[in-house]
Amino acid sequence: MTAESRTLSESAADLANSAKGLADQAAQIAVQASEAIAHSGASGHDAFLVTGLTVFVLACFVGYYVVWKVTPALHSPLMGITNAISSVIIVGALIAAGPAGFTFSKVLGFLAVMLASVNIFGGFIITRRMLHMFKKKA
Amino acid sequence: METLAPLFYLVASVCFIMALRGLSGPETARTGLLFGMAGMAIAVVTTLMMPIVASYWWIIPAIVIGGSVGTGIALKIKMTDLPQLMAAFHSLVGLAAVFVASAAFTNPEAYGIGVAGDIKTASLIEMALGVAVGAITFTGSIIAFGKLQGLISGKPVTFPMQHPLNAGLGLLMLALIVMLCTTESGFVFLLLIGVALALGILMIIPIGGADMPVIVSMLNSYSGWAAAGIGFTLHNNLLIIVGALVGASGAILSYIMCKGMNRSFLNVLLGGFGGEQAAGPAAAAGDRAVKIGSAEDAAYIMKNAASVIVVPGYGMAVAQAQHAVREMADILKKEGVTVKYAIHPVAGRMPGHMNVLLAEASVPYDEVFELEDINRDFPMTDVVYVIGANDITNPAAKNDPSSPIYGMPVLDVEKAKTVLFVKRSMGSGYAGIDNPLFYGDNTMMLLGDAKKMTEDIVKALEH
Repeated sequence: MTAESRTLSESAADLANSAKGLADQAAQIAVQASEAIAHSGASGHDAFLVTGLTVFVLACFVGYYVVWKVTPALHSPLMGITNAISSVIIVGALIAAGPAGFTFSKVLGFLAVMLASVNIFGGFIITRRMLHMFKKKA
Repeated sequence: METLAPLFYLVASVCFIMALRGLSGPETARTGLLFGMAGMAIAVVTTLMMPIVASYWWIIPAIVIGGSVGTGIALKIKMTDLPQLMAAFHSLVGLAAVFVASAAFTNPEAYGIGVAGDIKTASLIEMALGVAVGAITFTGSIIAFGKLQGLISGKPVTFPMQHPLNAGLGLLMLALIVMLCTTESGFVFLLLIGVALALGILMIIPIGGADMPVIVSMLNSYSGWAAAGIGFTLHNNLLIIVGALVGASGAILSYIMCKGMNRSFLNVLLGGFGGEQAAGPAAAAGDRAVKIGSAEDAAYIMKNAASVIVVPGYGMAVAQAQHAVREMADILKKEGVTVKYAIHPVAGRMPGHMNVLLAEASVPYDEVFELEDINRDFPMTDVVYVIGANDITNPAAKNDPSSPIYGMPVLDVEKAKTVLFVKRSMGSGYAGIDNPLFYGDNTMMLLGDAKKMTEDIVKALEH
């Protein structure tokens, strides 16, 4: 337990460090972005594109470093868990299925919520099953 | 809630990063999984609290239906069928992405990206990319599922003009995206979905069963990129972050699998590998002497060994032999024999497949080793027990430049004192490549079903 909490606190510290680095970079890019917007006088949407790209590229780097640390023995559970969390697309589906009244986009939202739910429950449960089988020498 | 939502989404994103971080070791992995579940719960509840979600009458039934289907499948599925389950799940993410993008196209006001008929150009591009990747993921995963489940032939399906056709469809897709941005026509949007669906089928159909670990990883990656694309459309950083994480994860797994086969990603994607072309030069070895042994011989040899390494492959999964193998190892350990397991990165049909099967049979994970950690142990090993594996042990990959698998990293099993090779018959392996290991002086072939043979050895050991 202590070993586990230690690794947890270590990883939290790692994360805090990298978050600080990210924040610095993000601040820099934000300055550049706001300059760019001031120059072009662009609308709010173009501003999001830049923010979105910033977040996207940084998240790719985070993913790259975190996933290389995953032990090869757990590559199947990794696939299970990424499958489950990629269904966070349910967020978009909920917004489509949420409004009152009946529209075509609501039907699409309903279907998407259903599909994503299959994945969320299925993905987490199958990963749990896999992880519970991994045991050390008795 | 409108201003708080992005903050909660940020918390969820961090949870997801912690979930992946936990997988660096089996002890921390379960905590990681809890982080993942917490992240998902935060994301869903936050969205449900948003004012735009006015009624739950459609949402609750959808979650209940989907959730119970997913739970039922995940609890029942056999661990040997894991690769096809993953392919099926990826297809659902792809289809969900198509639905969400279509919902945003028909009702852009809900997402604040314009009004129907006048959606911002940047949003249209993002939407088009999201829907295209989603559709390719959907049909591609269905084909991969069919191949893994045996509904479609696992052999590569090739036909003339295949690659020009795929390239043409890809260009057509780009043209349709440009047209969509200028006309914003619903017909073009549907056409784009149709072309992407067709491309998904055509991309995966020429790829052989043995290459499926790469394909399953690649589709995992695509499902992530589709989510990121939708994130851009909906201006949602959470989706972008998760999409990037999943996309990166799948891409790294594909890379590891390609390296395990010494092939480039493009070479796998172009397909056609593992058909008839390999039968030429190697087939001349037909009448070399082969030593064939019985279960009793194998039991005798292993009982008198000091160390045994088990090399499992996809055949072990097909025969469901993992429990029998563990039983055999238990008896040998009681006799004072050291037993270890050697896993090749592409053994099985998905990354880490063999590790899960061995774990299922209660093999402790500290007896299981990856290729680079165990390869130098083979010269000091008395017996290697190869079960259901073939190409990953083929010495031709090291010394025969004419072999189709030349250069692929393989397990150096032939360096052990004795190799026991369990095989159904003397036919060639999955890739149709002859294995010189069969004719080695220190090799004994055990012909028969992997499970039956291992059980017979267990019986012989008990006497």
